[in-house]
Amino acid sequence: MTAPNQRVLVVDDEAPIRRYLRAALGAQGFAVYESASGEEALQAVLSHRPDIIILDLGLPDIDGIEVTRRLREWSQTPIIILSVREAEQDKIAALDVGADDYLTKPFGTGELLARMRVALRKQLSVANEPVFQSSGLTVDFSRRLVKVEDKEIQLTPTEYDLLKVLVTHAGKVITHHQLLRQVWGDGYDDMHILRVNISNLRGKIEPDPSRPTYIHTEPGVGYRLKV
Amino acid sequence: MEHRPDPDELLKNIQSEENKRGRLKIFLGYVAGVGKTYAMLEAAHQRKAQGVDVVVGYIETHKRAETEELVEGLEILPRKQVEYHNVTLTELDVDGVIQRKPQLVLVDEFAHTNAPGSRHPKRYQDVQEILSAGIDVYTTLNIQHLESLNDIVAQVTGVIVRETIPDRVIDEAAEIEVIDLPPDELLVRLQEGKVYVPDQAARAIQKFFRKGNLTALREMSLRRAAERVDDQMRAYMQTRAIQGIWAAGERLLVCISPSPLSERLVRTTRRLADELNAEWIALYVETPQFASMSSEKRDRVAGILQLAEDLGARSYILSAGSSMDAVTQTIIEFAHKNNITKIVTGKPLRPRWQELLRGSLVDMLIHKSGDIDVYVVTSSDKPSFPAEENPLKLHSPIYRYVLSLFLVALATVTGFFIGGRIEQTNLVMLYLLTVVVSAIYLGRGPAILASLAGVLVFDFLFVTPYYTFAVSDTQYIIVFVALFLVGMVISQLTARASEQAEAARQREAETAELYDLSRDLASSANLESILHVFKKHLEQTFSRTIAVLLPEENRMVAYAISDNLKLNDEEMAVADWVYRHAEPAGRHTNTLPAAQLRYLPLKTSKGVMGVLGVGKPNTANTDLTSAQRRLMESFANQGAQAIERALLEEQNRQMVLLQSAEKLQNALLNSISHDLRTPLVAITGALSALDENHKMDEPARNALIENARGEAERLNRLVGNLLNMTRIESGAIKLHREPGDVQDLIGTALEQLGKRAEHHQIKVNVPANFPLISMDFTLMAQVIVNLLENAIKYSPEDSLIEVAASLVDSKARLQIADRGAGIPFEDLSRVFDKFYRVQRPESVSGTGLGLSISKGIVEAHGGQIRALNREGGGTILEVELPLDK
Repeated sequence: MTAPNQRVLVVDDEAPIRRYLRAALGAQGFAVYESASGEEALQAVLSHRPDIIILDLGLPDIDGIEVTRRLREWSQTPIIILSVREAEQDKIAALDVGADDYLTKPFGTGELLARMRVALRKQLSVANEPVFQSSGLTVDFSRRLVKVEDKEIQLTPTEYDLLKVLVTHAGKVITHHQLLRQVWGDGYDDMHILRVNISNLRGKIEPDPSRPTYIHTEPGVGYRLKV
Repeated sequence: MEHRPDPDELLKNIQSEENKRGRLKIFLGYVAGVGKTYAMLEAAHQRKAQGVDVVVGYIETHKRAETEELVEGLEILPRKQVEYHNVTLTELDVDGVIQRKPQLVLVDEFAHTNAPGSRHPKRYQDVQEILSAGIDVYTTLNIQHLESLNDIVAQVTGVIVRETIPDRVIDEAAEIEVIDLPPDELLVRLQEGKVYVPDQAARAIQKFFRKGNLTALREMSLRRAAERVDDQMRAYMQTRAIQGIWAAGERLLVCISPSPLSERLVRTTRRLADELNAEWIALYVETPQFASMSSEKRDRVAGILQLAEDLGARSYILSAGSSMDAVTQTIIEFAHKNNITKIVTGKPLRPRWQELLRGSLVDMLIHKSGDIDVYVVTSSDKPSFPAEENPLKLHSPIYRYVLSLFLVALATVTGFFIGGRIEQTNLVMLYLLTVVVSAIYLGRGPAILASLAGVLVFDFLFVTPYYTFAVSDTQYIIVFVALFLVGMVISQLTARASEQAEAARQREAETAELYDLSRDLASSANLESILHVFKKHLEQTFSRTIAVLLPEENRMVAYAISDNLKLNDEEMAVADWVYRHAEPAGRHTNTLPAAQLRYLPLKTSKGVMGVLGVGKPNTANTDLTSAQRRLMESFANQGAQAIERALLEEQNRQMVLLQSAEKLQNALLNSISHDLRTPLVAITGALSALDENHKMDEPARNALIENARGEAERLNRLVGNLLNMTRIESGAIKLHREPGDVQDLIGTALEQLGKRAEHHQIKVNVPANFPLISMDFTLMAQVIVNLLENAIKYSPEDSLIEVAASLVDSKARLQIADRGAGIPFEDLSRVFDKFYRVQRPESVSGTGLGLSISKGIVEAHGGQIRALNREGGGTILEVELPLDK
């Protein structure tokens, strides 16, 4: 699926999880490196130059959020966070300091690979293709045109901006905070306005707004445009 | 008779050691200027040198250089400032001392009267509180301030000392040190100006400092101290259980009356009791007339009893009929019951003839006392005895007298009509009848009037010579006397009977009230209703505002309180004091009398349950009468016991709860071990099957894997549920509230359900423009998942499950309605209990945690969750969340 010999760094203090990931990712053609602590991981990024990092939040020495922050000072390598369900706030913090996506333990191999694919693609494609198309939803950036199943949809400027941000990060989670900043600008922190616009947007583009197919809610974290 | 150490006495000694009450040492002088304060300070320095933590609570140096020097080097606690009539007075700061908790505190002038508004009226009461806190106290005292010596001092010196302290306070002192200085030396000191004399009182003091006075006072203080030594010796022998000359078990009883002489009687008895080392009791026998006495007299009785208590007696009030006989009987019975050996009573003050006529209490007492000695105490000087109630005062209303005269007139008219036909002597019967009727129905006065009038009219009209009051036949004199006596006797008997009936009625009423109270208390199921009933009965019976306070986390809380009553912080502080000291305080008591209410401890054998506050009467009544007070005490006892019972029941209930919690825990363990193992079995089984059997065909392999994955997911959910449950129960759940879209919420929940929802039709209905609700999105999504899961579990495949949102009364309501079998009515409220599952076929799995967790989450949001049976079959699970303001 991916280019051969892509390097992945797995950072987790639990040996069984590292073993599982080595097996699963190795089978997919990844060269897998392992670290059991935050310090080790920072070293490993320097020495192995991985193409992607899978990082557990709960590390024995420095926590995953701090590892992400330090890495982001000099590296843009995609990072996928692993965390448990109860740690929404940590997830958000890690995403806000620059992690690319997250997965809640326990997770399936398929899910992980899908996330990795999206994260790696960002590196590959420049995302400046003028037209986005995915399962019935078409967004033409040059003409500011949105279509669902070939039917043109009228959006307000805000709704369009919102959709544009989601689309440019398609497949990736975007936190509430990131969305607010990118659509309304810095210093905007009104969840109310975000919820209302998402709701309106869904009302316009989703066939059944109570079972959204395009804009997916990541409870407590943010939204993700499904691809 | 051999005296063995009384076990009770020994126990008391052990207890007094255990309680660790502070030790009181009194530096006793016979007059100001002998150097008590100086001696006290010296002793304090000695103790300090021994390493004792000594502080000065209150010292008056009167600017004497030698004294001031001695104060230096001791820690001085700040005094309390009391504002009174725009003058700032300084007083001993009791709380400050107790807070500082030294080992020993110096407090000068034991008999000092505190500024109005202080906690206690007297300083010795402050000292007692400090002692109770386990702090030793050194204090100074002049002998003339001692209550029992008060009148002697007045007699000897001609100076009446107003600031007195009860003798029992001295008796409680662990040590008394007499500070002695020969009178001559003292006079020299006085002349040298070394004795503090306030300017305005200089003359009085000069008069006081005569050598004769000083010698008398000195003798008194030395004797007093010597008596103390005797006491201590005896106490020592008792603690060591040494056999010796134990004081004969004398017990004295002093009978008091409202007469001012009773005060002297009480003091005399105290001295007698001291000499005999006897216990003593003061008794007042209340007759039905007590109620009609002036309030001044009633107050005097209370005052005398209080004085007796201050002097170390126990005091009692008993009631008896009004006759001398009844009173005597009551006293003698009481004396026998209490093993009294000597009765002290006052010498009668009435003239001899009155005594002959009405009988004398002293005579009767002596007559009936048997082996009890009777001491009759007299007074040397003629007392200014206030006149007894005017004997001419009419006992009955005027109209009754008029009525009795009317009866006489009626008898006379009747006599005229039938006079010719019957014997003249029988005419007398008519008048006798008049007298009897008057005596029975109109009272003593009218009866006497009737007999007098009857005799006169009969004499005037029917006895020869007619129309004069002269009597020719002496036999008529007998008739007159008989008529008069019959009237007296019958009216006396009737009056007594009615008094007794009245007393009986009163007792009956009290008993009835008590019975009502105890019946209502017994039928009250819980503490709240007990307190309510208690309060209501007190209000009705005493027409006063009532507050019942119970302790709660180191402070008192008014659990039941009359409508128009409000207790401020100061009142609460008084209640708190009463609770901690188990003594009454507040209005009409010696402790914190400035309080609005009178507070009584609600005591049982287990300790103080709470405090009863009694306010001012609703009507313009004065203080409670002693009968009312007794009744109130009975009420308080009943109430205290009922409260104790309720508290015990509460404890019991807690115990049962604890036991059921244990049961629950067992259920949890069983359920968890089962629910955790089942998926593990499936997963392990699948893995080993895949490992061993390579020739398994593709569909079988996939089914195996699919099953194992499903079980793993179930296991994951179970762990999540257990974690959530733990967090809710430990209160560690933290809400991240944000405005949340209900439609989004339901959508998220449906997504999380995934395949589990695929066999049911789920219809969602959220109105357009439904407002955003403040919620923790993740947790609420969990709630919806749990509720939907429940609906899916308990309703047939392909049936319709409806999810609807609506706005009701400023609340957002979410309903999840299924077409399942519904929930038995009696289980509706229990489905949210932990591990509760409606009995269902085996096929339904789950720990029964889901709904319980949902309840916890919804309630953390300030919302409500309930289960309803749906019309036409099925269940509705309903969540209500408050809307944002």
